[in-house]
Amino acid sequence: MEHLTALELRKTISAGQISCVEAAEEIFQQIDRLDPIIGAYISTYPHQALKNAADIDRRIASGQPVGPLAGIPVAIKDNMCTTFGATTCASKILENFYAPYNATVVEKLLAADAVIVGKANMDEFAMGSSTENSALKTTVNPWDTTRVPGGSSGGPAAAVAAGLCYAALGSDTGGSIRLPAGFCSVVGLKPTYGRVSRYGLVAYGSSLDQIGPITRTVADSALMLNVIAGHDPADSTSIDENVAPLCDYLEKLDEPIEKLRIAIVPHFNAGADRQVQNALYEAIELYKKLGAQVIEVDMPYLDYAIAAYYVIATAEASSNLARYDGVHYGYRSDRARDYIEVYSKSRAEGFGKEVKRRIMLGTYALSSGYYDAYYLKALKVRNLIRGDFARVFQECDCIMMPVSPTTAFKMGEKIDDPLTMYLSDIYTIAANLAGIPAISVPCGFDQNDLPIGVQILTPAFTEDRLLRIARMFEAQTDWHAKKPPIAK
Amino acid sequence: MPEKIDQTQVKKVAKLSRLELTEEEVQQFTVQLSAILDYVEKLSELDTEGVEPLAHCLPISNVFRQDEIRESLGTEKTLANAPQRDGEFFKVPKILDDSSWA
Repeated sequence: MEHLTALELRKTISAGQISCVEAAEEIFQQIDRLDPIIGAYISTYPHQALKNAADIDRRIASGQPVGPLAGIPVAIKDNMCTTFGATTCASKILENFYAPYNATVVEKLLAADAVIVGKANMDEFAMGSSTENSALKTTVNPWDTTRVPGGSSGGPAAAVAAGLCYAALGSDTGGSIRLPAGFCSVVGLKPTYGRVSRYGLVAYGSSLDQIGPITRTVADSALMLNVIAGHDPADSTSIDENVAPLCDYLEKLDEPIEKLRIAIVPHFNAGADRQVQNALYEAIELYKKLGAQVIEVDMPYLDYAIAAYYVIATAEASSNLARYDGVHYGYRSDRARDYIEVYSKSRAEGFGKEVKRRIMLGTYALSSGYYDAYYLKALKVRNLIRGDFARVFQECDCIMMPVSPTTAFKMGEKIDDPLTMYLSDIYTIAANLAGIPAISVPCGFDQNDLPIGVQILTPAFTEDRLLRIARMFEAQTDWHAKKPPIAK
Repeated sequence: MPEKIDQTQVKKVAKLSRLELTEEEVQQFTVQLSAILDYVEKLSELDTEGVEPLAHCLPISNVFRQDEIRESLGTEKTLANAPQRDGEFFKVPKILDDSSWA
């Protein structure tokens, strides 16, 4: 039962074959059985979840209307504020932080009658590509427990893959939804910047961060996007729906895009492992059989995306994380003798290595004498990268590329070499810099039975077409239906 | 090639960042940040003469609303997460030392 898709569970519930309480109980049994191994959750809320599920059951029984996610057990990444439980960001500095309000996406999930089962693990402050930077918990890849689940939304992706929830919300600043989705063989969607409210999402890189769904299928992704998308007066960077209208992302999902034009960037793809490339080109062959045309393009500035990203994201992070001062909320050192030490010791003891490294890098890039050479330069390169996309989208509907250069790597393999870890994000980062939507869809396995994903990118605010393109592939394949042996 | 960033600079940036680093961290960050900055140096290969910096990708500029009084969190909720409080206040160590009053 826990391996149904969210839409299938919804049908089963509305047909009266299972109650919302039973669905939630099964998920908590699965969590009790598997999460001691997987480590996907930082906190779970069985009491509250079962109470909410019982309430939805009562409303269904009395014929009252219920929301589009009625009774579906979901997880959220622990960087989204909730009035229940702590919002830790997997950091010691926020370990005991209890948010005074719900993030807008949490309000929307609750209004849609989703049953939130828990808050999932992540790299501290969403900084990382493996979830190894969590200060609170270790999450392993359900496909091979000696390997990382990817990051930074490793907890949500592992939970969806292992049947510890039906769908989840992650956040994506440089690939943090798509990379773990690829490593765990689930579907990860980063919507267009501005499509989903960031109100109540703990900020990392504010011009790049975006919340999106992690699900078993493309259809579930559309279902979740329907619930979370939209303008929010509390987030001034969420887009006005008159400028970029919303639509029902499920409505035309099964209608293929006619005469699809797919762009590929051969020189860029050549950087990926052979097996990853093979899976990508096999996926593209399938699209060709469905009538797609493939156009080879050159995007010279993509090679500079990582360099630009690690200046821009860290600069924004150094500013955003200045708020952790040991005064207003969060951890305070008890060794501080004066007010400067309240800051410097609380931050030294509260932040992990990667967070410190990024704050340092960002502070350096913004500091006097280096601002023009690093920060300003990176913003200009960002514009060139966006220009690369704009040019390609004039003649193509989408771009396809790998999600990551390799499949899931071993725990500990890259943790002492930050630059090598950063290079895992080479294929995902450009979408954040350009603000466009991108999705990761399961497209095969390597010789070690580790999942491989294909990434599809489309122009800003065309999630409807992006999801339809992804659905064309999913409808012809059954990669998404395979489950990790541990979860069977 | 000289390292992109030396220990003195790392210590200065740590001070600006309000991060107290151990000697071991200073050494480690000097090596790691140098490697990252070497990589970032790639950006200088590109001619960006006349290219506008792009701070964000949205087709919007300013977002205004009426300047109306709205409900706020209130004192209790605002102070609920304070590591230390004194009544209605956040409690911090003395900021001015006594000599400044002389």
